[in-house]
Amino acid sequence: MADQQLSNTDPKRSTRRVVGWCMAGVVGMFAFGFAMVPLYDVFCEITGINGKTGGRYESTEVAEADVTRTVKVQFLASNGPGMTWKFRPVVRSVEVHPGEPTTVNFYAENPTSEPMVGQAVPSLAPSEGTLYFHKTECFCFNQQPLDAGESTEMPLIFIVDKDLPAHITKLTLSYTLYDQGKQAAVTQNSRKETTTNDNG
Amino acid sequence: MAVTGVFMSAVADTHAQDHHHGPAKGISRWLLTTNHKDIGSMYLIFSFTMFLLGGAMAMVIRAELFQPGLQIVQPEFFNQMTTMHGLIMVFGAVMPAFVGLANWMLPLMIGAPDMALPRMNNWSFWLLPCAFLILVSTLFMEGGAPNFGWTFYAPLSTTYGPPSTTFFIFAVHIMGVSSIMGAINVIATILNMRAPGMTLMKMPLFVWTWLITAFLLIAVMPVLAGVVTMMLMDINFGTSFFDASGGGDPVLFQHVFWFFGHPEVYIMILPAFGAVSHIIPAFSRKPLFGYASMVYAVGAIALLSFVVWAHHMFTVGIPIVGQLFFMYATMLIAVPTGVKVFNWVATMFRGSLSFEAPMLFAVAFVILFTIGGFSGLMLAIAPADFQYHDTYFVVAHFHYVLVPGAIFGIFASAYFWLPKWTGHMYDETLAKTHFWLSFIGMNLAFFPMHFLGLAGMPRRIPDYALQFADFNMISSIGAFMFGATQLLFLLIVVKCVMGGKKASAKPWDGAEGLEWTVPSPAPYHTFSTPPEVK
Amino acid sequence: MRVHAQRAGALIGGLMFPAWSMADWTLNMTPGVTGTSNDIFSLHMTILWICVVIGVVVFGVMFWSIFAHRKSQGAKPANFHENTLVEVLWTIIPFVILVVMAIPATATLVDMYDTTESEVDIKITGYQWKWQYEYINEDFGYFSNLSTPREQIENRQVKGENYLLEVDNPLVIPVGKKVRFLLTANDVIHSWWVPDFGVKKDAIPGFINETWTRVDEPGIYRGQCTELCGKDHGFMPVVVEAVPEEEYNAWVAEQKEAAERERQLTEKDWTMDELMERGEKAYASACAACHQPNGQGAPPAFPSLVGTQVVTEDMAAHIDIVVNGVSGTAMQAFGNQLSEVDLAAVITYERNAWGNNTGDMVTPKEIFDYKSQQ
Repeated sequence: MADQQLSNTDPKRSTRRVVGWCMAGVVGMFAFGFAMVPLYDVFCEITGINGKTGGRYESTEVAEADVTRTVKVQFLASNGPGMTWKFRPVVRSVEVHPGEPTTVNFYAENPTSEPMVGQAVPSLAPSEGTLYFHKTECFCFNQQPLDAGESTEMPLIFIVDKDLPAHITKLTLSYTLYDQGKQAAVTQNSRKETTTNDNG
Repeated sequence: MAVTGVFMSAVADTHAQDHHHGPAKGISRWLLTTNHKDIGSMYLIFSFTMFLLGGAMAMVIRAELFQPGLQIVQPEFFNQMTTMHGLIMVFGAVMPAFVGLANWMLPLMIGAPDMALPRMNNWSFWLLPCAFLILVSTLFMEGGAPNFGWTFYAPLSTTYGPPSTTFFIFAVHIMGVSSIMGAINVIATILNMRAPGMTLMKMPLFVWTWLITAFLLIAVMPVLAGVVTMMLMDINFGTSFFDASGGGDPVLFQHVFWFFGHPEVYIMILPAFGAVSHIIPAFSRKPLFGYASMVYAVGAIALLSFVVWAHHMFTVGIPIVGQLFFMYATMLIAVPTGVKVFNWVATMFRGSLSFEAPMLFAVAFVILFTIGGFSGLMLAIAPADFQYHDTYFVVAHFHYVLVPGAIFGIFASAYFWLPKWTGHMYDETLAKTHFWLSFIGMNLAFFPMHFLGLAGMPRRIPDYALQFADFNMISSIGAFMFGATQLLFLLIVVKCVMGGKKASAKPWDGAEGLEWTVPSPAPYHTFSTPPEVK
Repeated sequence: MRVHAQRAGALIGGLMFPAWSMADWTLNMTPGVTGTSNDIFSLHMTILWICVVIGVVVFGVMFWSIFAHRKSQGAKPANFHENTLVEVLWTIIPFVILVVMAIPATATLVDMYDTTESEVDIKITGYQWKWQYEYINEDFGYFSNLSTPREQIENRQVKGENYLLEVDNPLVIPVGKKVRFLLTANDVIHSWWVPDFGVKKDAIPGFINETWTRVDEPGIYRGQCTELCGKDHGFMPVVVEAVPEEEYNAWVAEQKEAAERERQLTEKDWTMDELMERGEKAYASACAACHQPNGQGAPPAFPSLVGTQVVTEDMAAHIDIVVNGVSGTAMQAFGNQLSEVDLAAVITYERNAWGNNTGDMVTPKEIFDYKSQQ
């Protein structure tokens, strides 16, 4: 062992070297802990494991719909804690052919007497289907401000990928709507905004 | 602290005259000491204090669970007790106890005069009381102590945590720094200060297991620091690492936490593996069977521990591929663990066995740890885990691994090396009583928990349905018995420090190793000139 | 063996706690009532027996050594310390056993993950500390709260048979049909578990998880939340009623009708008399236990409502107390337990009954707006 040779000649220097390596390990692992956050996001994006659907889908090729197959897509809407808006999908579910773009709307109403901002966070079950669910337009890409008493219909345009594994016949897309505070507070801190947009 | 003084003086005073530079006098000796034996003793005393404190909290838990209904504490406080019991036992009792043993024994075992970094050693000890002062003080804060379980899952610990959470995070940071410094010290000592001729494959197993443990500590304690830092930022600086409303993911918390958490489990058990691998051969009067395979098995367990973390998360909705990977990887751990158990049994086989207290604890360690290993294997089977997860079956499992594993391992080590530390033999009758009461109490407390879990009792609940009443009562009785018995250990140690039959340099006829070549009690300074290892 | 253990247990139990009628010495997992739970049970038993066999062999050798190779018996130690063949064997044999165990485990897991072709879809949302069930194909839903009275928990009343495992509104599912559960949570992570189904899945805020079951036998099945979710984690049971299909359909129709009625009631214009009439009933079921039918209460724990400040003066404060409760006291938050109509009726009733006669009236619409603004 090189270390040992060294220890016989100059233990002090060798100790310093070992400590140096250890400290490098500690700093590296601390950084790794934080790196797990983006790594996890990337990992999830590649594998779709946590059901977070991806960002805006841009496809160059014009895919033809696979009319031999029908997939049922269900929509769910929930409110986050303290969120008082009325929030629901306009249609409960649609049957689509993989490859065909479909538009659906979600209804949102701010029944309070204050202007508010909402942010919808998507999640898909089964998570295995996440990779094959593409959104070309979604209200969840951005925050949604609503004035007191205002209501709106928010669009979602999606395409179910033709490569969707054959055993998946039903996809459930769930949105949870979170209160992002009063309108004045639209500019949230940076991470909040970037991540929401990422995962929108 | 009176005990501290007595304990230390047994080590120090007898030999102060033998050497020109003995220990300093008074309190500054303890505050400023850089002597590995002093620091080791302080670690052990601190750890035992924390063991009693964490144990007292367990008594509160078991008292509340003695009967259905809320009798003694309210659910808020009950949750604080379970949380603090876990944190104190893991970070305050088990880990410092092993660092204490390492401090005392590593230099003696490898023939080094002291640890490689004695001043850092002092600092890493004194950080611990600070950390735990902060942690325990949260009990008296507005809103109470942390109440989210020792696993502090977000968002219960972030958005919904009590105000004291920030102090909890600070305490975790400090004890993390302490553990990391301790680990660096161990690595530097083992790699650089071994006596001439002691190659890696000639190192005693306790040294080997601690070397691997230290690497695990360096790999995962920073990750723990990272995850609590993220919590701190989520709570105080408006980030959303774990908050779904800002695009974060609560499940990410669990991934990062268990990336730390699973190796942490092995950090708490590997040094015990090492110690038991000295004690069983000593009292079997026969060399350890399969030294090399023991070393490789520990290495394999340590490596596998990095790729099994999600078996704590089988119910969070991991896709099936992930589920299968983590199930197979976890099952694989049974192989090296099995090898170790077989080796211990083979060491005993055709030996010449005697059953002094260290051996009793070591044999109980092997048996009960194996039972914990069996339930661990059952928990590894992902489909079955859907039934076991977060029930008392899990509580039974990890207490079977940690109480007879870590704690019995520590008791075995303490009895094994007490003569070396104090120069006196401990009271064998009392020690055997301590063992049998602990053994019975422990099994009475934790075995019925298997039944409770299988019958459907969730963990971390202050009150339960009536069909769980009988086993809970038995379990509580066992727990009280186990708890009370530990005061006996205090008595035995104090008695042993104060006096008793003089111990020879090697009080156990079957024991091997450099530590037995120095007189008992070990002089304040040992191996100033390194011994030769053939 | 198990029978003996049970008998011994029952005997000890009978001697120690003769008054306990609920003595239950269940030692093992029960097979449950679904295919999944039966698969899990047989997996569990297989592993258990494998462990028992390994344990008997290993501990057998160990105890043999302990008895036969004792120094006090004059045993002389052998000096072997390795044997490559043995060491390789005891690495390979456990590995093979593990592979054998992994095969059925994998098959069961694949089956558990197959959520396709479900006939009923139910969304389950975990709240601190209750469950919300929504029948997403039918447009109705409700909360399911613990119904064990506080008195039983605090030992002031004899505990009932289903102590802590009973709810006001159980989940109702049809027998023999594949029911798919979609789980999420409002605040913190919860976990929904029914042991008899072999179903346990975490409910995570912002994320949706899915699992399924098919129950073969009608009955009432009980479980609990299994992820620490705060103070009342131990007090949010799961109760599922599996009923035959016709009964289920009738129940669904009834629920839809009730939901529709409730919607109309909130919208409609209420008169004072109507509110008073409904309020009297709601008061009797939700409030009278503590505040007494005559409003006199039982001070100091349960204040009187006759002529007291809360019910005669500021209306907003009154609404706040009823909707949000008073923390640290027995006054619960009724905001999520009662409908807007009942809340409005109760408050109106309290302000006008027993000679309070304030003439104040609050409508369901106003309650709805009040709750919206919180």
